[in-house]
Amino acid sequence: MAVAQQTARPEGRSSSSFWTVARRDSLAGFLFIAPQLIGITLFVLIPLCLVFWYSLHEWNVLANTFTYTGATNYQMLLEDTNLPSVLGATAIFSAGLVIFNLSLALLLAVLLNQKLAGITIFRTLFFSPVVVSLVAWTIVWGFLLQKNGGINGVLLVFGIEGPNWLREPVTAMISVIVVQVFKNVGLNMILFLAALQGVPNELYEAARIDGAPRFKQFRRITLPLISPTILLTSIITIVGSLQVFAQIAVLTQGGPGLTTTVLVYYLYQQAFQFHLFGYGSTLSIVLFAIVAVLTFAQWQMRKRIVFYES
Amino acid sequence: MKAELSPRMQVFLYGLLCVLLVPFVFPTWWMVTSSVKPISDIFAFPPQLVPESYDWTTYSKVFELQPFVKQYWNSAYIAALVTVGTMVVSSMAGYAFARIRFPFANTIFMVVLLGLLIPSEVTIVPLFQMFLKAGMVNTHWPLILVPIFGAPSVFATFVMRQFFIALPAELEEAARVDGLGRFKIFRKIALPLARPALASVAIFTFLHSWNLYLEPIVFLSSADKFTLPQALTQYTDAYGGPMWNIQLAAATLTALPVLIVFIIAQKQFVEGLAHTGLKG
Repeated sequence: MAVAQQTARPEGRSSSSFWTVARRDSLAGFLFIAPQLIGITLFVLIPLCLVFWYSLHEWNVLANTFTYTGATNYQMLLEDTNLPSVLGATAIFSAGLVIFNLSLALLLAVLLNQKLAGITIFRTLFFSPVVVSLVAWTIVWGFLLQKNGGINGVLLVFGIEGPNWLREPVTAMISVIVVQVFKNVGLNMILFLAALQGVPNELYEAARIDGAPRFKQFRRITLPLISPTILLTSIITIVGSLQVFAQIAVLTQGGPGLTTTVLVYYLYQQAFQFHLFGYGSTLSIVLFAIVAVLTFAQWQMRKRIVFYES
Repeated sequence: MKAELSPRMQVFLYGLLCVLLVPFVFPTWWMVTSSVKPISDIFAFPPQLVPESYDWTTYSKVFELQPFVKQYWNSAYIAALVTVGTMVVSSMAGYAFARIRFPFANTIFMVVLLGLLIPSEVTIVPLFQMFLKAGMVNTHWPLILVPIFGAPSVFATFVMRQFFIALPAELEEAARVDGLGRFKIFRKIALPLARPALASVAIFTFLHSWNLYLEPIVFLSSADKFTLPQALTQYTDAYGGPMWNIQLAAATLTALPVLIVFIIAQKQFVEGLAHTGLKG
C-alpha cells in the first residue's frame, strides 16, 4: 500500500491535469479486472440469482410452461422421500473421502519426506493418477471392480471369493470413495510435503536432545506447524467431494438403489433426465447452502485449531 | 525426522512404499495391457498381468466406432483455448488485485472470491438455460467461455494475486520513474517474473478442462461434438454394456500422452503445484 501512495505524485509525462497518476491507476485497475468481473457477473452472480428464481417456479419443458409456484418446490423438497438417503449418501461419501484422503496424504507425505535414495521416483508415481484423465481412471477401476474383474481375480488366486463390488450397497460406496481418493490424493500429498519441508529442522533436533520419541515429535511439533495446510486441504477436499459426479455416473449410476446417489448426481437426474428444472434448481440451492455452511464453519474453526498463520 | 535411517528402517520404508504404490500404478498398467487383449482374455482367470496374446484391432475399432480423431481434437483445442484464456484473464485480474490501487478493489475481490465458493454444479441449470437462449447448446462455447471467465478461473486469479503480492515493489518503482505505463509494467516486468505461477495455473487449468465431464454431457448431444471423457463412455454394445477392451484402448489413448508429458516434466508439475500460494 505504501508503494501506491508513494507513486501517487504527479509525473512529468501526464500532460493533462485530469489524468493524475491515481486516476490513471484506477482506470487501469478496472480495465485489468474487467474480463474477470464481467465473467463472474455473467456466469456466477446472474446464474445464482436465476437458480433461486427458478426454484420458485414450476417448469414444464415439454409444455413450455413456466409458472410461479412460490415455495411449492421447497415443500416438495421436504416431502421428497428420496432426499434423506441422498443427503445421507452425500454425507457418508464426503466424510469417508475427507478422512481417507487426508490421512493417506499425510502418511505418504511423511514417508516421502524421509531421506531415501530415489524418493522422487516414488513421489512421481504417487502423483501420476492426478494427471490421468478422470474418466479413463474411473473406467479402469470400473473394469477392475467387476464381479469377474481383476481385483476378484487376484483375490481368487488366494482362495477368497470377492463381492460384486459395484452392485452391493456397502462395497459400492467404499469403491467410489477409494477410486476418488487414489485419483487425487497426490495433490494433498504434495501440499503436505511442502508444509513438512517448511518445518525448521532445529525444532526436531531440540526435541531429540530432550529425548522426545518420534511419535511425540510428530504430535507436538509437526502437526501444529502444518495445521494451516491441514485446514486448507480439508476445505478444498470437502468442497471437492460435494462436486463428485463423473465417478458416480460411470461406476454405479447412483446405485444400487440410491446408496451412491450423491446430491450432485441427484440434481443432474432431476434437472437433465427428468427435466424438472424447477426442482433441480431447488436442489442446487441446497447444494449451495451446504457448501456455504461448511466453508464458513471451517473458516471459523481456524482460530481454534490452527496453531498460527503467517 | 530427517535423521539418518538405519539400513533395516530403509528396507522397511522401501517395502512399505512399494506396497502403497500398487493402487496408484497398477490401474494404469492394467489399462494399457488389457487394451491389447482379445475380448476372450479380458476376464481370464488367473488374471494375465502380461497379455498372453495380442489383439491390436481394438485400436482400429476405437476410430471406426466413433469420430475419435474429431473428439480428440475437440478436447485438445478446448483445453488449449481455456488454458491460454485463463492465463490472460487471471494474470491481469490477479495483478490488479495485488498491485493497483483502485476504488472498491477489496469489495470486488470479495465478490470474485465468491466464485471459489460456488461449485459450477450449483449454477448448471441456469447456465444451460442461458446458453440455450443464446443458441449455444451443442456447441463448444459453454465449455470455453465459462471456465475462462467464470468460477473455474477464480482459483487461477487467486494464485496469481498471491504471487504478485510477494513480488518486491522496487522493481516496479524503477520502471515507473522511467515513465512506463501500467500495462507496460505488467507486460514487461511483472509477467516475465510470474512464469512459475503461470505454469502452475496452466497445468491446473489444462487438467480441469481435460477432465470436465458434467458440462459436456449437459451441453453436447452429437457425437462429433463430444469431448474425450464423454466419448470414452460411449463404447458400448447393443445392450449398453461396455466393450471393455475397446473402451480401455480409447482410455489409454486419452491418458497416455498427458502421462508421458507429466513424467518428462514432473519436477515443474509437482513443484509448480506446491508453490501455488496454497501454503496458507
